[in-house]
Amino acid sequence: MALRMWASSTANALKLSSAVSKTHLSPAAIFSLSRCFSSVLEGLKYAKSHEWVKHEGGVATIGITDHAQDHLGEVVFVDLPEPGGKVSQGGSFGAVESVKATSDINSPVSGEIVEVNKQLTETPGLVNSSPYENGWMIKVKPASPSELDNLLGPSEYTKFCEEEDAAH
Amino acid sequence: MATLFETRKLGLPLMNLIRLEGLPILKQLHLEEELFRTSKDNWCIINDGTDDPTIVMGISGKPAELLDIKPVLHDEIPVIRRFTGGGTVIVDPGTIFATFICNKEAVPGLQPYPRPIMSWSSLIYEQVFQGIGNFRLCENDYAFGDRKFGGNAQSITKRRWIHHTSFLWDYDARNMSYLRLPKRAPEYRMARDHMEFICRLKDYLPRSTFINKTVEALGTHFSLESVVYEADKDPSAIKFMPTTRQLTREELEEALSATDLENCPAQYASL
Repeated sequence: MALRMWASSTANALKLSSAVSKTHLSPAAIFSLSRCFSSVLEGLKYAKSHEWVKHEGGVATIGITDHAQDHLGEVVFVDLPEPGGKVSQGGSFGAVESVKATSDINSPVSGEIVEVNKQLTETPGLVNSSPYENGWMIKVKPASPSELDNLLGPSEYTKFCEEEDAAH
Repeated sequence: MATLFETRKLGLPLMNLIRLEGLPILKQLHLEEELFRTSKDNWCIINDGTDDPTIVMGISGKPAELLDIKPVLHDEIPVIRRFTGGGTVIVDPGTIFATFICNKEAVPGLQPYPRPIMSWSSLIYEQVFQGIGNFRLCENDYAFGDRKFGGNAQSITKRRWIHHTSFLWDYDARNMSYLRLPKRAPEYRMARDHMEFICRLKDYLPRSTFINKTVEALGTHFSLESVVYEADKDPSAIKFMPTTRQLTREELEEALSATDLENCPAQYASL
C-alpha cells in the first residue's frame, strides 16, 4: 500500500509541475512540497476532511485539496447543490465520484451558497488538474467568519497530511 | 430487531451480519443506505440472489449512454440509480451480493479512500478464493484471470465507508443485451463484449461454499454478530429517506427521446 501511494505521489509531483506553469503560481505561493508531494497553498485555510477555503471580499470559495484529489483518483462526476442553499461547518454539501466511489465533500464554513462552479458538470477533471483554481466547487457567504479560526493553516495542514499518510 | 449472539472474538472490532435470500435489490440498497448513513455500527449484508431482473446504475449513470432503452421499456425491466459510484449491472436470482459498511477506525491503518478500501476488500476475497481459479483484483473488478465475476462500488463519508459487490454466480446472457458497452471501461476489458469479458462464479465453487467462506474470511477480521432483518417496516415509522430510487417510465422515455433527437435531428426538425 505504501509503494502504491508513493507511485501515486510521484505521478502527482509530475502533474504538479505542469499545474504550476499552467496556473502561473509563483513559487512563493506554494507553501510546501510535503513528503507526499501534494501542494498546499499559502493564504488558504484547510479542514481535516481535506477541503480548502479562501476567504476574500466577504465570500468564501471552497474546493478539495491537492492531497484529496490525488488520493481519490480521476474524478468523473461532481454532485453539487444549487445556489441559495445553506451549508454548515463540517456538514456534507455534495460528493465527487472517482474510481467507482462517491466521496462526500464537507463545507469548512457555515453560510449561504452564492455560486456553484457549473464547469465541473462538463469537466469534472478540473478537480484533479486544478484543485485550487478552476476546480473550485462552491462560493459561500459565511454566516460566521470566526469559524475560519477553527481551521488549519498551511503548515498545520501539511503536517496533518504527513501524519495521516505516515499512519497508514 | 431480534439478535442472536455469537462469542465475541477478543480484540476484533464488532460487525453485525445480516444474511438474506432473494431480497429485492431496491430494498437491499435502501437498507444499506440507511445503515450507512444512520448507524454507528459496522455491518456485513449478504443477499443470496435477488428477485426479478433489475438494472442498477451508479450515482452518475445516464440511461441514454448505458442502456438499450427500447427493449428495457418494452420488457419493463426496472432501472434503479443507487447511491454509490461505479458502473451498471443487471441483477437477478443468479447474483450474490456482499456489502461491508465500516467506521473509519474499523480497519486499523486503512485510509478511507477508494483504492485502499478496494485493496483491503480484495484481501478478504483472496482468502475466500485461495486455491480456486486465478483470483485477482483487476483494476476495480474481481476476476479470474482477465474475466470479471464481481463488480464493486463504494461511498465514503467523513467517518464511514461502504463497499458493495455484486457477484455473477450465474447470469442469463439475454439480459446482458439490455446494457450498452460503457464509454468508460477498464483497460483490461480491451473492448470485449459482455460474453467475452465476464465469467460465472458457479463454474468455480458451490454457492453455499462461496457464501460460507466469505463469512469465515470476514470473521478473521471482525467479531461477527448475526442480526435478523425485519423486511416490512411500518411506512409511517420510516424516518430515513434514501436517495437510491427506481427511475420512472417517463424518465426513461425522455432519455430515449433525447437520444433519438440526437441521432436523427432532421426527422424531428420537420415536426
